[in-house]
Amino acid sequence: MTAPVSIRNVSKIFGDFTALDDINLEIAAGEFIVLLGPSGCGKTTLLSLLGGFLSPTSGAIEINGTDMGDVAPAKRPTTTMFQDYALFPHMTLRDNVAFGLKMRKVGKSERHAKAEELLDMVGLKTSANKKPHELSGGQRQRVALARALAVEPDVLLLDEPLGALDLKLRRQMQDELKAIQKRVGTTFVHVTHDQEEAMAIADRIVVMNAGRIEDVGSPETIYMHPKTIFTASFMGEVNFIPGTFESATERTISVKTPLGSVELPEFECSGFAPGASVTLAIRPEHFRASTGTGPRITLGKAKVEDGSFFGTHHRAHLSPLDYPNMTITAHMPQSAIIEPGAWVELTLDPTTVVLLHGHPPRPTQESATL
Amino acid sequence: MISSRFAKLLSWSYLIALYGFIFLPVAVLVLFSFQDGRLPVPPFNGATLKWYGEVFADSRLMSALGNSLIVAIGSATVACVLGFCAAYALARFVLPASRLQRGLLISPMTVSYLIIALGLLTTFNWIGVSLSLWTVGIGHVVINLPLCFAIIYASMGDHQKNIERAARDLGAAEWQVMTQVSAPMLMPSILAAFFLSVTFSWDEFIIAFLLSRFDVTLPVEIWSMLRSGLNPKTNAVGSVVFLVSVALLLILELIVFRRTAKK
Repeated sequence: MTAPVSIRNVSKIFGDFTALDDINLEIAAGEFIVLLGPSGCGKTTLLSLLGGFLSPTSGAIEINGTDMGDVAPAKRPTTTMFQDYALFPHMTLRDNVAFGLKMRKVGKSERHAKAEELLDMVGLKTSANKKPHELSGGQRQRVALARALAVEPDVLLLDEPLGALDLKLRRQMQDELKAIQKRVGTTFVHVTHDQEEAMAIADRIVVMNAGRIEDVGSPETIYMHPKTIFTASFMGEVNFIPGTFESATERTISVKTPLGSVELPEFECSGFAPGASVTLAIRPEHFRASTGTGPRITLGKAKVEDGSFFGTHHRAHLSPLDYPNMTITAHMPQSAIIEPGAWVELTLDPTTVVLLHGHPPRPTQESATL
Repeated sequence: MISSRFAKLLSWSYLIALYGFIFLPVAVLVLFSFQDGRLPVPPFNGATLKWYGEVFADSRLMSALGNSLIVAIGSATVACVLGFCAAYALARFVLPASRLQRGLLISPMTVSYLIIALGLLTTFNWIGVSLSLWTVGIGHVVINLPLCFAIIYASMGDHQKNIERAARDLGAAEWQVMTQVSAPMLMPSILAAFFLSVTFSWDEFIIAFLLSRFDVTLPVEIWSMLRSGLNPKTNAVGSVVFLVSVALLLILELIVFRRTAKK
């Protein structure tokens, strides 16, 4: 079963702390949504509001067109998968998974059959008679998923379910979660602070910061075309080059930066007035060697300060010739030879550069003001 | 060298003295319950099981033993149920003055049994309840409830809270959460509270003495036997009481603490 979720003007205030500030979000039926943000951004609060463990200070939440205002958690078409799994320690896995059906007065043989079917789906069919303490973390996690799906919720809420697993297992579980979600078609709302996890599993990512939604979009959009400086920096390593908007012609716009004037192909530059503060966001992997096809712009020469090998690439720190106080992080090809003191050309494809409003709040990539 | 040997000797003698102080009276009691003679005093004349035979043939003692079991199990059950409900309420819900309420629940522990017995006696007289095994049971609930509450409350952590939340999320009503999730999950501590309560009730004299009339519990019956002087039969029945207490503590150790250690 599956259902759309509609969150309208929802705010949640604890005392004098605003945990959520006027949240609006439409989630389609069967969508895999990831709420992503640093701790304290309100993502878990939003999940608790959906699950009914908290009620909003103002605003409304609708699931499948029904207002959830006074509906208790037990009566909602949602189930939650908790971070610490919250399995019933005194019950076998079969009884754990069948618990929700038992509460719905489903007969014993029917609910046991359903529980075994779900345990089979998560690869634990042979362990149905075990107790949770006999399982590893990843297995417990699968039982929690099976238990939450056994009651066929319209919406499954996942509260950082992979947080306690080691990296390898987490990647594996991400794939499984995604595959299971596609199979059962239930709407998944997943909370995490790990942007790689978000990109790996989400249909759409909702980036949250300080109780507000910063950005909503597909993983590609959020990563390649972030709307705000916060999103750009939260989604991965990025170089911010502060500048001033100079002028826009039919084909190009021009931005003045400490590294000289940069000509960018005109894209959505609405709301930029000449003289406005802007920031160029450039991912480290977008610096390319000067050769190659396609449009190229250059930010001048830069000196290699140091570099380290990451397997898929070399990560190097560069200081530009025109503005040595600034440190640029660039990914160089696997085969490159990184020699501190060498000079390289800062060449990039102008379409990969993202133009953002304002300047970074705390300059971290550069140390001087304009 | 000498001083370390001396210290070792000293610590060993302290250990022996300590255990002797605790266990010698019990050992003497048990030893002279086997006395082949009319008086449970030295010298020990040789072993016989005659006095145990007399104990088990004594219908008054046997009915007192039955009464003791009924009161112990009944009052421990009631104290555990009430203690669990109180602990669940105070651990899971925001209640007014919950610190004060916790304090009030535990406070009977600090009051002497004599005072509790006198208070209950006055109250029962006042409201016209005649004394029986029921009143003894009520008295034992009063002394064991704080213990049950404290043990069960201490074992209710935030982890269990999340598990209960999951049960509610899966559609369990509050009473189903309590009976199917919380109580089974907390069973080790509930059993610990139960067996300790049974032990305390089994041994208890003052309340049982002051709040009973015709049907009495074993400690009260023993006390009335003692009024006619010492004899090995009193030792034998005392040994029986002691053995039952030890057995209960062993069950507690084996069932409850082993289970907790395994997890």
